[in-house]
Amino acid sequence: MSDTTTASGPDARSRTGEDQPLVRALNVMKSFHGTEVLKGIDLDVHRGEVVCLLGPSGSGKTTFLRCINQLEEIDGGRIWVDGDLMGFRDHGGQLHHLTDKQIATQRREIGMVFQRFNLFPHMTALQNVMEAPVQVRGTGKKAAKVRALELLEQVGLGDKPRAYPAQLSGGQQQRVAIARALAMDPKLMLFDEPTSALDPELVGEVLRVMRELADQGMTMIVVTHEMGFARDVADHVVFMDGGVVVEEGKPKDVISNPQHERTKSFLKRMRTEHDEARADADELDAPDA
Amino acid sequence: MTDTTSDRPGVIDARPVRHPGRWVALAVILVLVGMLVSSFLTNPRWNFTKALEIMQQTPVIEGLWKGTIIGTVGSMAIGIVGGIIIAVLRLSDNPILRGVSFVYTWFFRGIPRLVLLAMIGSGVGFLYNRLDFGVPFGQQLASFMGLSSDFTFFTLNVNQFSSTLLAGIIGLGVSEAAYMAEIARAGILSVDRGQAEAASALGMNRGQAMRRVVLPQAMRVIVPPTGNETIAMVKDTSLLSAIPVITELYYQTSAIGNRTLLIMPAFVAVTAWYLIVGSVLMVGQYFLEKRFGRGFGTGAPNKRFARPAGAGGA
Repeated sequence: MSDTTTASGPDARSRTGEDQPLVRALNVMKSFHGTEVLKGIDLDVHRGEVVCLLGPSGSGKTTFLRCINQLEEIDGGRIWVDGDLMGFRDHGGQLHHLTDKQIATQRREIGMVFQRFNLFPHMTALQNVMEAPVQVRGTGKKAAKVRALELLEQVGLGDKPRAYPAQLSGGQQQRVAIARALAMDPKLMLFDEPTSALDPELVGEVLRVMRELADQGMTMIVVTHEMGFARDVADHVVFMDGGVVVEEGKPKDVISNPQHERTKSFLKRMRTEHDEARADADELDAPDA
Repeated sequence: MTDTTSDRPGVIDARPVRHPGRWVALAVILVLVGMLVSSFLTNPRWNFTKALEIMQQTPVIEGLWKGTIIGTVGSMAIGIVGGIIIAVLRLSDNPILRGVSFVYTWFFRGIPRLVLLAMIGSGVGFLYNRLDFGVPFGQQLASFMGLSSDFTFFTLNVNQFSSTLLAGIIGLGVSEAAYMAEIARAGILSVDRGQAEAASALGMNRGQAMRRVVLPQAMRVIVPPTGNETIAMVKDTSLLSAIPVITELYYQTSAIGNRTLLIMPAFVAVTAWYLIVGSVLMVGQYFLEKRFGRGFGTGAPNKRFARPAGAGGA
């Protein structure tokens, strides 16, 4: 991965801790009821980088993403975010579990966007975005409201602060969810198949917001099936299958010129589905690319 | 209407389906109601004027307010708060708390309220005629070490306390908490797991996620059966006479009935009061359901609750 860090990118790397990645995962392992889902994943994500995790369903990419902010507890390996060991305290080589509150504190720095949005249905869009800053950070309501309105504006929903999630389309809900995650000023954003639950014509508006976010230098890890997004926006793509990283590198290498047999057959399958089902949506996307 | 120039169908003006059965049913019911009303008017033993008088007697009104209304409000308050706490314990990660909550529900759901209240009224005072609040085993410790203080801060005379309305309210409340726990648990489990996940992904701890995100949504499921429980509690306050607390609606009305030999008018009076209280509660439930149902369904937002800044919540 050292070659990708030398590529020109956002100048965030000139800060202190230049060579320290924002996210470092080493040999991450996870089993569910005796089934190994992750079999030793290594990944470095540098500041300002966009990494896309690709792979067939059941490959472990969503599980790996959830391990980073500890929605799943890992069984083996280590994950550091900004130098902090996630979920544990290392006491002279002996690991100790962190408390619920300490884990909550680590999660504040990491925003997450879910496949099914998971907006709070009993709160308006504005309340959804204000909730965490007010409750978790203790931000004053006035300041939180100003910031929340800014963020809703940023995701193109400046006119919808009073709408309840049920009154919004899927694409609008997902954009509120992105604003909600951004309200905590995270160092890192995780996206778990953010467009998979959307009608095809609504995918573009969410990808556009994510693209803008990437352009602003946000560090992002994105689990996605949107090959176009991965190819155009990602600095680095990781292809996973069967709980291991099969292939990784620059998007143009992995997506356009895959080396591994499993990557080739997956991409071929994706391309066929894409061409059949999304031909129209692709045309709409084209001016963006 | 065989005009071929406009072959596209227009506005629908169709004849409704006839419902002759409805008219038959109406006629039958009108006859039955007529017979009932006629019996009210012709049978002097109903004596509605006396029933109305009994309804307005001072001891009856006092019984209604103290035993029935304060009793219901108090015991439901204990029941709802206690029930939610027990439900949260039941769903916690801590196996000890889970066990405590299970045993609590098992015990208080298992004994009849009448027996529980009778036991509180006479049994507890017999076993422990005073309760000392202080350091656990403080008295034993003090006598063992020969200290002058016995670490007791506050003493309750159980014999006096156990026959009060408050003791009855506590008895009904702890019993209700066992039922409310099951209702609250069902409500909490009805909230999608993704909600708690989204809350923790934002850095909320378990308590915040429960209070701000899960419980307000669980209320939508909790409120309707709680209305049911409240109406049941109105009627169960008549059990307070087992304590014995006699400032209670049924005891007072039937006492007047027995004394004046107006048995049936007394029953009519007490039935009327219970129906009135129940009707008021049903109206209240309607508004509560509307309050906690906000954000569900795609209707226009209710202006009153569309305020920003976490105005709602528990």
